[in-house]
Amino acid sequence: MFAYTIRRLSMLIPVLLGMTLIVFSLIHAIPGSPAQILLGQQASPAAVAALTKEMGLDQPLYIQFVDYIKNLLTGDLGESFRTRSPISAEIWPYLAATIELALFAMIVAVVAGVNAGIISAWFQNSWFDYLLMVFALVGVSMPIFWLGLMEQYVFSIQLDWLPTTGRDNIRDPVTAITHLYLLDTLLQGRFDQFIEVVKHLILPGVALATIPMAIIARITRSSMLEVMRSDYIRTARAKGMSMLKVVYKHSLKNAFIPILTIIGLQTGLLLGGAILTETIFGWPGIGNYIYSAIQFRDYPVIQSGILVVAAIFVLINLIVDLLYAAIDPRIKYR
Amino acid sequence: MKKRLLGMLAFLLVLSMALIGCSSNSSDGGGSKGGDSAGGGTLIYGRGGDAVSLDPAIVTDGESLIIAEQVYETLVNFDKKTTKIIPGLAKKWTVSEDGLTYTFELEDGIKFHDGTDFNAEAVVKNVDRWLTSNDEAKFAYFASQFGGFKGSDTAIIKEVKADGDNKVIFTLNKPQAPFLKNLAMSPFAIASPAAIEKHGDKYGENPVGTGPFKFESWKRNDTITLVKNEDYHKKGEPKVDKLIFKVIEDNSARLNALIKGEVDLIDGLNPSDAEKVKGDKNLQLFERPSLNVGYLGFNVEKEPFNNPKVRQALSHAVNKEALIKNFYEGTAEPAKNPMPSTLQGYNDEIKDYEFNLKKAKKLLAEAGYKDGFKVDLWAMPVPRPYMPNGQKVAEALQADFEKIGVKANIVTMEWATYLEKVQAGESALFMLGWTGDNGDADNFLYTLLDKDSIGSNNYSRYANEEVHKLLLEAQAETDEAKRAELYKKAQAIIHEDAPWVPLAHSTPLLAGKSTIKNFFPHPTGSQPMGGVSIE
Repeated sequence: MFAYTIRRLSMLIPVLLGMTLIVFSLIHAIPGSPAQILLGQQASPAAVAALTKEMGLDQPLYIQFVDYIKNLLTGDLGESFRTRSPISAEIWPYLAATIELALFAMIVAVVAGVNAGIISAWFQNSWFDYLLMVFALVGVSMPIFWLGLMEQYVFSIQLDWLPTTGRDNIRDPVTAITHLYLLDTLLQGRFDQFIEVVKHLILPGVALATIPMAIIARITRSSMLEVMRSDYIRTARAKGMSMLKVVYKHSLKNAFIPILTIIGLQTGLLLGGAILTETIFGWPGIGNYIYSAIQFRDYPVIQSGILVVAAIFVLINLIVDLLYAAIDPRIKYR
Repeated sequence: MKKRLLGMLAFLLVLSMALIGCSSNSSDGGGSKGGDSAGGGTLIYGRGGDAVSLDPAIVTDGESLIIAEQVYETLVNFDKKTTKIIPGLAKKWTVSEDGLTYTFELEDGIKFHDGTDFNAEAVVKNVDRWLTSNDEAKFAYFASQFGGFKGSDTAIIKEVKADGDNKVIFTLNKPQAPFLKNLAMSPFAIASPAAIEKHGDKYGENPVGTGPFKFESWKRNDTITLVKNEDYHKKGEPKVDKLIFKVIEDNSARLNALIKGEVDLIDGLNPSDAEKVKGDKNLQLFERPSLNVGYLGFNVEKEPFNNPKVRQALSHAVNKEALIKNFYEGTAEPAKNPMPSTLQGYNDEIKDYEFNLKKAKKLLAEAGYKDGFKVDLWAMPVPRPYMPNGQKVAEALQADFEKIGVKANIVTMEWATYLEKVQAGESALFMLGWTGDNGDADNFLYTLLDKDSIGSNNYSRYANEEVHKLLLEAQAETDEAKRAELYKKAQAIIHEDAPWVPLAHSTPLLAGKSTIKNFFPHPTGSQPMGGVSIE
């Protein structure tokens, strides 16, 4: 298992390198010079040329790429064109905001999705089953930005239950320690702020969770249906075992491998959905960071931001693969 | 292992229930919170993007300059609603006959937020910092507004000297008519020299000025918090204790936050949401006076537009009211001059070419195009405030031109290519626009329509000797009233020659709570908020 982990980790390098090359090519294909955009329409050609040189963008593309990779290997993520500060120094607050949101969304998606899938499978062809499958279909096809704005309209403006935007109450801001606000507020003993942070998490969290929740529910349902047709489940039911025990003790465990796979994949996709969610909900996360970098053609931030997200994605998938062995003793990694 | 996994799932379930539970319990308390804090004097301004740096001298973006307006002050200021110059840190000034020497007398007793004195020496240090930097990449705005750095041939400022504690003398290499307007721009605000020295590279995160608000904290891409400057030199200002700028990128989401009361004031309102704001008694709508122009340009060197009659004919065939109603959602005023009416020297006596197809046809016939002609109409490929939908406007123009026999074929391409080709004079009929930066007529008329600007921003390649003479004379004239007269004359000639059909001056929208008083959006895009209060 240890050797396997090491092998998988070493495979990360070519994957991330290839991804870096793709992102590098793509962003250089977008029209618009970063220097021109930063300096504005009225800037003199001399100013644009001077800034272009300062950013190193007057070099041939392959040299720029090689330089970037060299810096990466020394752990240097580059410097933002816009803020002129090192990305490694400014990325954590954004990353922390996204991690908090993504974890919250994933918990919602897994808890709600798995349980809905189970109920649906148990009461196959009931009204609940049909309703859930319709919901799952709608959920998968729902554009996040639209859902986000609707949530704001219904739950914030009409019902006045939850805030529309941000991570905390702007009038009573959280003092950041780790930048994970749920943790920070607890560390400072500010339970009122903790609740405030949770309230801010709900709308963006649910918007972000909707698609994975729907997909997880569908996979759970079909996986459970398959398992529940097997002989040992029939035996368990025949001997009078309670429904809860049959479901959670016997069926779910055996049905969980495909569910786990999809959870891993969805967690990665969640990071993509985060860009839209964060834009709508004024959430200062990594999606927001990359999005505003694209507007300013802040190449180093786009590249390194995506690199960090991709690394997380690959790591999550590795963790999921390792978890297979934990759930199913028949799976062994060498 | 399996047990542990199940245990974990169960824990997650319980945790999420608990979270959802406590959030719904506490939600009742949340609503009232907005209420009591409104009286506490915190004003939250929602906007679409974050600042780049809080050192105004090195930025060019509007979001940074909005903050600069609050923390810093300039030697001279723009008036509340126009670009007229009024005293700022300098209480009065004199200009020499030849327009080469400006002597400013400074207000006494003003201190920077760090406690150091604002005086003539501080002004000299600031100007020298820009003037001698020779760093065009960093001090780009200075280079573009003042011709360049010390020693260069194009530089406007020769030197700046202190005369005692509160007198500053600027000596220029050549007269610059909009000199005062340039000095009033927020990039040229006066910062504490001690703080610049102390913070070095980090000054952009630790701004110190003399303005109504002091910098407190900055959470990147989220909030910038400013607090009241208790020692502010204008009596009774600032009115609010705290001013917070919050980034909410999406326009609709920003409006939602305003309706909910999480923010008090927002910019970047979608024109289509204007009705919603008007219909809500808790909200009010603000219109920022225009500092831009969108236009249809003729290349006056190309057939058939080398004939002024053809240009006048097409001017009669454009229905500006309909364009504004349909494509600017009503948030623009029809343009009859190449510059907006907020500028000094705007000629309001000019009567616009009315929308009259008969007249247009007659003029075309007189020009020898009785049966009309065919032409490529270049449509702007990107939305800009002065031209929110180039393609649609082009289609509307096409339909009207068709009625006078002019068959327009709409052409479009990628924006950078578009600009390049129009600049090279490849297009005969095109759409473009301009947003001014210092609110001076020179920044429109000379920059866009003087023969010196052919090859840069004079895309029409319009060259009229008389206009040229007037514009140069205006550049050297230091008497504002006389300058205004010169610009009025130039506009009258330009109107006759019709190198453009000016289409519209768009007015960006803002919205705020109805309790906000004394907020006046300024045409330049940002305004000091010292006088703004929440009732």
